[in-house]
Formats: sequence, C-alpha cells, structure tokens
Amino acid sequence: MTDTEATALLGLTGVDVHYGDFQALYGLDLSVAEGETLAVIGANGAGKTTLLKTISGLMKPTRGTVRFAGRDVSRTATHKRVRSGIALTPEGRRIFASMTVEENLKVGAYGRRPGPWTLRAVYDAFPLLAEKRTRRGGFLSGGEQQATAIGRALMSNPRLLLLDEVSLGLAPVVIADIYAALPAITAKGTTVLVVEQDLTQALAVADRVQCLLEGRTVLEAAATDVTRAEVAAAYFGTGGVPAQRGAAATIPTTRQEA
Amino acid sequence: MDWVNAVLQGLLLGGQYALLACGLSLMFGVMRIVNLAHGVLAVAAAYLAYWLVSHTALPSFATLVIVIPVMAAVGWALQIGLFNRALKQGELSPLLVSFGVAVIGANLLQEGFKADSRSIAIGDLATSSIRLSDDLSIGVFSLITLVVAVVVIGGLRAFMAYTRVGRGMRATKDDHEAATLMGINERTMYALATAIAIATVALAGVFLGMSTQFTPTYGDLVLIFAFEAVIIGGLGNLWATLVGGLVLGVAQTVGAQIDPAYGVLAGHLVFLAVLLVRPQGLLVSKAVMA
Repeated sequence: MTDTEATALLGLTGVDVHYGDFQALYGLDLSVAEGETLAVIGANGAGKTTLLKTISGLMKPTRGTVRFAGRDVSRTATHKRVRSGIALTPEGRRIFASMTVEENLKVGAYGRRPGPWTLRAVYDAFPLLAEKRTRRGGFLSGGEQQATAIGRALMSNPRLLLLDEVSLGLAPVVIADIYAALPAITAKGTTVLVVEQDLTQALAVADRVQCLLEGRTVLEAAATDVTRAEVAAAYFGTGGVPAQRGAAATIPTTRQEA
Repeated sequence: MDWVNAVLQGLLLGGQYALLACGLSLMFGVMRIVNLAHGVLAVAAAYLAYWLVSHTALPSFATLVIVIPVMAAVGWALQIGLFNRALKQGELSPLLVSFGVAVIGANLLQEGFKADSRSIAIGDLATSSIRLSDDLSIGVFSLITLVVAVVVIGGLRAFMAYTRVGRGMRATKDDHEAATLMGINERTMYALATAIAIATVALAGVFLGMSTQFTPTYGDLVLIFAFEAVIIGGLGNLWATLVGGLVLGVAQTVGAQIDPAYGVLAGHLVFLAVLLVRPQGLLVSKAVMA
C-alpha cells in the first residue's frame, strides 16, 4: 500500500466532510494509483457520493487533504480540477436538458484538454449515442443519459474518471451495456474510481475495492482477494465476522428503481 | 390604409423595443436575474454618447465604438462586484441589488447631466424616410433600428448555438453546478453574459437617444417596455423577445390610432392579457434558449 501511496494519482488523507452539523466522512484515507480501477462500495448514506463530491471539488473538506497528481487540491475550485484532469459523472447524471447529446459531449470538452477522447472515440465506445446525437438531453432514456454523462466526462480527457452509481435505476441489460464500455476507457490509460451499490458489477470491473460504512473505511482489499461474504459483512457493518451464509443472498446485486 | 400604416410603424417601433429587451432576456435566461437597472444602463449609454458627441469631434454613430466596450466593462464589473455576491444570498437578492443600482444610477445621471432632456443629433437621418406608396412611408432610422435588432438577436442566437463559449453559457443556464464539472468557471460565465447583455442595451440606449429625447429618469420607461417585450414573447428565449418587442410596438401604435392617448396603455393591456392568458409568453419554449 505504501508503494501505491508514493506514486498515487489521487490521495486523500484524514478527510472530514460536513453538511452543516452533520458529518459525512470521518478521517477518510483513500489512494488510487495511476491506471488502477478502484470501486468504492457501501450502503445508502455511507458517504460514497460525498467522497466523489469532495474529490471533484463540489464539497470542501473541513479537515484533511486531497492530493491529485502530486498537488494539494483541497481548496481548488471544481472547474480548475476538471482542467487538471478530474472528471465526475455526477449522481443523477445531470445532463444538460435543453442541449442535444452531441452538444452535451462538446460541452464536456470545454476545457480543451488534449487527449484520446473525441466525439468519434465516444461514439465508438457508446454506439447508442451516435444514433441519438441530435436528441435533446431532456428526451433521453436513463441508459442514454448515463452513457451521455460518461461520454461527456470522457470528452474532458480526464486522468481520473469518477463514476457515481452508474447502475442506479437502470435495467440489468442497460447496465451491462454501459459497463461493457469500461475496458475501452481503462485501456486508454484512464484511472477510474467507481462508486457502486451493485457488488457484482463493482467486483467485476475493479482492481481493488474499498468499502465505506457511515463515513469510515471498513474494508479495503484487492478485488480478487475478497469474498462476497467478507464484503457483505463490511457492507452491513456486521463487525467483520462473516455473517451466516444466508446474508450473502441479501446483498443487493442489481438495483432497479423507478 | 391608416391601420396598415399603424401596424407598419408599430413593427418599426417594436424593433427598438426588441433591441432594448434582448439583454434583459439574456440575463434572465442565463442567470434568472431580473435586472432592474437595465433601463438606467440604456440611458447611461445614451448620455455617454451624448457627452462624447459634445466634447469630442466624434460623429454620433462612431461613439458606439467607445460606448459599447465601456458599458460591457460596466456590466462585467456589476456582475463580479455585485450580482455574483448577491446570487449567493438567494434568488431575490440580485433583484433588490439591481433596484439599488437603478436608483443610484438615475441619481448620478441627474447629478452629472441635470434633468434637462437631451438627444443625440443624427442630422438628416432623423427625418429621412422611404415612400412605399402615397399613404405609406417608413423612417430610415427606424428601419435601421429594426435591422440592427434582428442582426443582434440573430447574432446572439448564433453565438449561443454554435460557439464553444455559447454552449458553455447554455450549459450553465441548464445546470450551473454540472457546468462547473465541465471545467466552466460559473462566475466568469455569468460576468460574460452580463457584459454581453449590457453591451446590447448600450447599443439600444444610443439608438434610443438618437430617436427621442431622454432624461436621467427615462430608464424607468425603458425598463417597463423592455420587461413587457420579454414577458409577451416568453422568458429566456431571444427570438421570442424579438416577437414580444414587435407585438408591443404594434399594440402601442394601433392603440394610438384609436386615440392618441391610448398608445402606451394599449401596450400595457396586451402585456396584462398575455400574463393572464398565456403567462409563459406567446412563443412557448421548453427551456430552450432558441
């Protein structure tokens, strides 16, 4: 671990984050090496979205530091972090509703960072977007919106891509489609931090998993070293003692919401 | 033929209203700010042009080369210095702040230029007209104003639709937090929007000063007409603002045709009717800065 911390692309040290009086993260440490894919998992309210907002700059830590590419960015404005290579596909996708898919993608390239991602590259990775390029954001299905959101983030040619709850509210077949694009993204050298409630997807795509519970890390391991039971115990906070076998069956695998 | 003439003159007058209103429409569209200082800024631009004409050898139209950049800078400074701070306090604050700017601005103009009415001389252009028939003729300057309004609104529309910065501005309008995730500096984008808006109202103000007499408090009337044009057309949509301006102009001239005292009143009544029957404006747009 100390190895990766020395060369980490992203490093959080002792990060506290508050919403007013409510504390969402408690002294959180996290590190992602260049080229690695880290999955952060946890139940609702574990602090996953807050973590991504803190990395992207939408929230500022009350204590601790966020380092990116060797620089302390704890106080750096969001738009500047984007220009230095951090891109977030936010919770709820936040597609620009009055703009077409293609315009959304072009806005993603606003900072004009050079790199491999162009309109053509995004359309290659997400063929469904090429068909919908002239459709306005407000008229897209959930899956199309998610693909647009990821494509839009890629257009900024990020070194670090933050994906928040990609699977939320999508049908399994659509989730599979979107995750199918992930290897093409990491193959271009992009480091990915994915936040998921869907354990199956998270374990399938990640090199390493870090499980949060009520704002603290309760498990951190290579994705291949960890069993579902261990993850389940951490996920539900059942004290590190693997719960009875039945517990694994209650792990939310694919959540499909309205 | 009188009625045809009234409509024709109304359309020409509407060009002036549309030109006055498009900056108001832009600021509301991008930032949800209703800028009550809009009228006083138009009049301030007219005074600046008047001052330049009387203190330098600059021809009237050439003053635009100075007035527009100066007023754009004023707009930028207003946004950075006042409106951006006010926006943090909620939606109502910029409205109140702009009201303060309007009051202070009108009084500063009063101090600097006295309450006498002024106008910017444009020589023969003020009276020259094109005869369409024995009964119909249109003023050349009114026609120029209408053409300028269409060009400015078309230009703004093209800027928003086809340029990188214009797309960034629309993104900021749609979702300002998501826009920052695209690498857009929201506060700079707002400052740019206001600078452009005030540049257009400066142009409109100078044209106004060339077509009519103005006083330091004339901005109140300008604000009302601009506001009516924006509401009649539909909020936050630039082409709708053009249509709104034309409708308001026609309403006023047709009203005046019925009785010369009813011109402005007829405009207000159309405005009220639109608010009652079709509050989203005549041209409905679904959140599109078209």
